[in-house]
Amino acid sequence: MEHLNDVRSLIKYHGQVEKEVYLDLENSTPLPDEVLQEMLPYFTSKAYGNPTVTHKQGWEAYETIMDAASFISRLIGGSSGEELCFTSGEAEANSLAIFGTVGKKNGRIVVSAIDPLNILLPVEKLEKKGFEVVRVPVDSEGFINLEALAEAVNRDTVLVSTSIVNNEIGTIQPFREIVKTVKEVNPDVTVHMDASDAYGRISFNVKDMNVDLLSLSSYKVMGPRGVAALYVKSGVEVERIIEGPIGTQPLWPGVENTPLIVGFKKASELAFKDFEANVSRMRRLRDMLMNGLLNIEDTLLNGPVGEKRAPDNVNISFLHCEGEALTIELSFKGVYVSSGSACTRRMLQPSHVLTAIGRKYEAAHGSILMKVSRYHSFEDIEYVLKSFRPSVERIRAMSPTRRI
Amino acid sequence: MSRSPLPYSRKILELFRNPRNLGRMEDATVSATAGSPACGDMIAFYLKIDENSVITRASFESYGCAANIATASMLTEMVEGKSLEEAWKIGWKDVAEEVGGLPAVKLHCGVLAVGALRRAIREFFRRKGFKPEWMPENETFEEKQALEEEELAKIISRRVKLGEEGK
Repeated sequence: MEHLNDVRSLIKYHGQVEKEVYLDLENSTPLPDEVLQEMLPYFTSKAYGNPTVTHKQGWEAYETIMDAASFISRLIGGSSGEELCFTSGEAEANSLAIFGTVGKKNGRIVVSAIDPLNILLPVEKLEKKGFEVVRVPVDSEGFINLEALAEAVNRDTVLVSTSIVNNEIGTIQPFREIVKTVKEVNPDVTVHMDASDAYGRISFNVKDMNVDLLSLSSYKVMGPRGVAALYVKSGVEVERIIEGPIGTQPLWPGVENTPLIVGFKKASELAFKDFEANVSRMRRLRDMLMNGLLNIEDTLLNGPVGEKRAPDNVNISFLHCEGEALTIELSFKGVYVSSGSACTRRMLQPSHVLTAIGRKYEAAHGSILMKVSRYHSFEDIEYVLKSFRPSVERIRAMSPTRRI
Repeated sequence: MSRSPLPYSRKILELFRNPRNLGRMEDATVSATAGSPACGDMIAFYLKIDENSVITRASFESYGCAANIATASMLTEMVEGKSLEEAWKIGWKDVAEEVGGLPAVKLHCGVLAVGALRRAIREFFRRKGFKPEWMPENETFEEKQALEEEELAKIISRRVKLGEEGK
C-alpha cells in the first residue's frame, strides 16, 4: 500500500486548479447532473427490486429495463428491445460478441489493424488457441482497405469484428460497405461492429447496415460507466461467456443494474434529442480546438479531416514533446487529456493505431487524444488553447531532440 | 488502451515542475546521451570536471516522461561535488530511492539516467587515453540497458518504415 500513500501525497502536491476542462472522454466521463438526477431514485426508492421476482419492485424493475432496451433499440434501428443485451461495459460487450460467436468452432477471424484493444486482445487470445487471425491494414487516415478485407474473408471465416468509428483518431469507416463486402464473399460470417464511438455522434441503422452484432457503450455517450449493450440481430447465435442465474438478459447472467441502465437510457435520449444541432455544435468545438492546436509549430493531425472524422475527436502529435509529460503539465492547468505515448502504456509500446497509420514512433509518443461533448463551451476550448502553447513550449525546451 | 496506473511520488512531480540543473552546458568537459526519440525517452548529460577529476557542475536535457525528467534532475544533484569514481558508483536503485521510488514500469528511467552518466565518464577517460582501475572493462548493467533500448528502437523504426514501403 506504499503507492497509495505516494499518490495521496502527489494529489496533495498537485493541489486545486482554478478552472478544469476535461477532454479525456475516451477513457472516462464525468456524469452530467441531468443524467445523475434521473438515476438517483432508482438507487433508493424506485424499481429497486430484482426484475425476476414477483413483487411490485421486481415488476417495476422489469418494466424499467425493458423500456430502456426498447428505447435504445429504436435509436439504432433495431426491431425490439429483446435484441439488446445489457452488459457491464464495452469490453464485456465486445468479449461477448467475440467469444460468444466463435464458441467451439475453429476458423478465421478478421479484424482491422486499428480496432480498440477490447477487440484486438480477445482475438489475440483466440489466436493463441489456434484461430487464424487476419488484421486488415488501413491507410494513413485510418480507413480500412476494402479490397484487403474482401481478400481476408474466406469460407473458413467465422467472425469479422471491427468498429464504425475509430476511438483514437476518429476515422468514420465506410461501415455499410464493410458489412456488404464481407457478406458478399461469405454470407455466413457473423459481422460485429463496435459502435461505441459512433453512437450519438453519427447516424447509422443496424437494419440498413445488415450488421449481426453491435456494441454500444454508455459512458461514451455521457452516461454512467459500468453499463453497455450488445445488439444481437434476431436469429444470430451467440453463446453466454459467463454463467450464473439468468434474469432479463439471456446472454448476461447476474442481477441487473437498473440505475445504470436508466442512466444509459437518459444519456442516449439527450444525445439523440436535437441530434443534428448537438453534432454540429460538437463539430464546431472540435474544429476550434483542432485548428487552434495545429497553429502550434511542429504538429501533425492524426486521422482524417472534415465529414469523415468523428465530430468529437481531436488527435494531434506534438513533435519533440513527450506525451506523458505533456498530460501532466496540462493537468497542473486543469486541462485533462490522454496520450498515445509508450510511457503511458503497460507494454511501453506507443498506440497501435498511430503506428498502423504509419506514424513514426517519435510522432506517436507526442500524441494527445481529446474529445469534446455537448457539455463543453467555446470558453472551455479557448482556455484549453491558451494552456497548451506554454505547456508544449516548456516540455520542448527540456528536450535535446531538436538538435539531432 | 491498455494503460498502467502511475502513482508517482510527490518528489517526482516536484522535480518535473522544477527541475534542477536543466539545460545544455556550453562549456561542458564532456557529455553523453542515452535513449532515443523513438524509444520515447532520451537523456543528455553534461559534466564539468576539474583537474582533480571532481564534478563541479552537472546538467541534463530530457525528452521523456515525468520519471525521466525527475531521475535525470536528481542525478545531476547527486553527482555534484563528487569524484568521478564516486559518481560512477551511483546505481539506478540509488536514483530511484532518491526520487521516492519509481513505479515498476518506470524503473528503466533511472537506468537510462545512470547509463547516460556512465557513458559521459567513460568518454572522459577515453579522451584522456587511460582507464582507471575502478572502471570496469565491460559495460555495466545500466550502460547495456541503454544500448538495448536504443537498438530495440532502431529495429522497430525500421519495421515501421518497411511497413510504409509495403503500402
